[in-house]
Amino acid sequence: MNRLIDPVRIACILVLSASTLATSHAQDLRNGGKLLLTNGVSTIEGSGGGGLATWSTIAGNATQEGIGAQAHGTVIELPDYNWTSYGIALGFFDRVELSYARQNLDTIDIGTALGLGRGYTLNQDIFGAKVRLAGDAVYGDSMMPQIAVGVQHKRSSDDAVVAAVGGASPNGTDFYVSATKLFLSHSVLANATVRFTKANQTGLLGFGSATDTSHKPQFEGSIAYQLSRRFVVGGEYRTKPDNLAIAREDDWVDLFAAYALTRNVTVTAAYVDLGSIATADKQRGALLSLQAAF
Amino acid sequence: MISLILALAFAGMQDMPDTDSAQAVSEAAPEQPAPEPQRDPVTGELPVDPYEMSDAHAGATPFAGTGMRDAFHGQDGIRRVVNTMVDRATNDPRISEIFVSHDLVRLRRTLFEQFCYILNAGCTYTGRDMASSHRDIGLQIDDLNILVENLQAAMAQEKISFSAQNRFLSKLAPMKRDVVTR
Repeated sequence: MNRLIDPVRIACILVLSASTLATSHAQDLRNGGKLLLTNGVSTIEGSGGGGLATWSTIAGNATQEGIGAQAHGTVIELPDYNWTSYGIALGFFDRVELSYARQNLDTIDIGTALGLGRGYTLNQDIFGAKVRLAGDAVYGDSMMPQIAVGVQHKRSSDDAVVAAVGGASPNGTDFYVSATKLFLSHSVLANATVRFTKANQTGLLGFGSATDTSHKPQFEGSIAYQLSRRFVVGGEYRTKPDNLAIAREDDWVDLFAAYALTRNVTVTAAYVDLGSIATADKQRGALLSLQAAF
Repeated sequence: MISLILALAFAGMQDMPDTDSAQAVSEAAPEQPAPEPQRDPVTGELPVDPYEMSDAHAGATPFAGTGMRDAFHGQDGIRRVVNTMVDRATNDPRISEIFVSHDLVRLRRTLFEQFCYILNAGCTYTGRDMASSHRDIGLQIDDLNILVENLQAAMAQEKISFSAQNRFLSKLAPMKRDVVTR
């Protein structure tokens, strides 16, 4: 175990700072003031972002004047797996985000092949925290992005499987720094995130391997074009570590369309290419995500 | 009770900026009318203290070329956008209070000049700079976002393409630091 910082301690500090902020603002909270879609789309790891890639945006519809919340449910239909995730995130004064997500990977027939039993489902819990450090994704200097740092502490529920595939630990913590900007003059939103991680398949197959337990920098990029206030199309690319000897892991790609049905409800559909997952190659399929934000 | 009725009647009678209400009631007697600001018979605007005028006060450099002017259907289109935006904002229950003590005639004119100047549609801006014109309003970011929504609705009503709408907003977005004061 070579944890850089105790994630529980980080969480405590963040909750404390968020509640301090809440107390100082409690007089005149004003919720739900963000411009449409500028809260992004919850990722499969529960943080505010673009679906697969995490952004520096703070979840929920509140600005610096209030407290917002966002819940998501996502299904990904793949040739050999069914992926589901759901979670909630709280955004405090457009400054601090706390999130939780649950990921489930139904292995269907691959479960049989791997000796787990048909339909064996891998699960993990993800606890996230994010702090916006500087900048504004929408306003301000057009060349100054919104910058945030965050952590995601992940706990796989499948210790035995993680050990069997060669993962060093069922728990792990990712650290990331993210920059996001809406370039209004081109109607383009761009995001770049560097994540330091040792997660195998985001952690569903554990963290690190017998020979490699170090965090490695990985890149998450998103680019999106705003067709209207309600409608955005774009693509994402996410690199991933490849730690396990028994199964190759590939980078992820998606092409998405997100539509704000109302101020509170966003639906996202995407084509995703998740590459090889636990010996099953070419996991290309469809992602559908429903998000409610306040 | 009587003073309340008088005050209400007085408030409904005219749109001069706030004065001390007790004084206002006493001066409402017909023999001695208050020296209230008179709207200019030509422009319909209330007088303001003199200030230095400059296009730089518009808060953004204008677009080059005629593309944006055309996208906004020239000065006529810009005027419709400004009027629709002001109509929507002043009738929007979330922010209408902000405009209560404002000279809306002057607001429509200076907003038109600012938009027209930035869109390179042949105008000079004669209003105040963004910091001093918003200093006493106390806008929050939520108010600005609602204003942006009103502007977006007005531009959509004028059938301005969304990419041109965003190009224009890109000129306004950096003004947030001067406009949002709390």
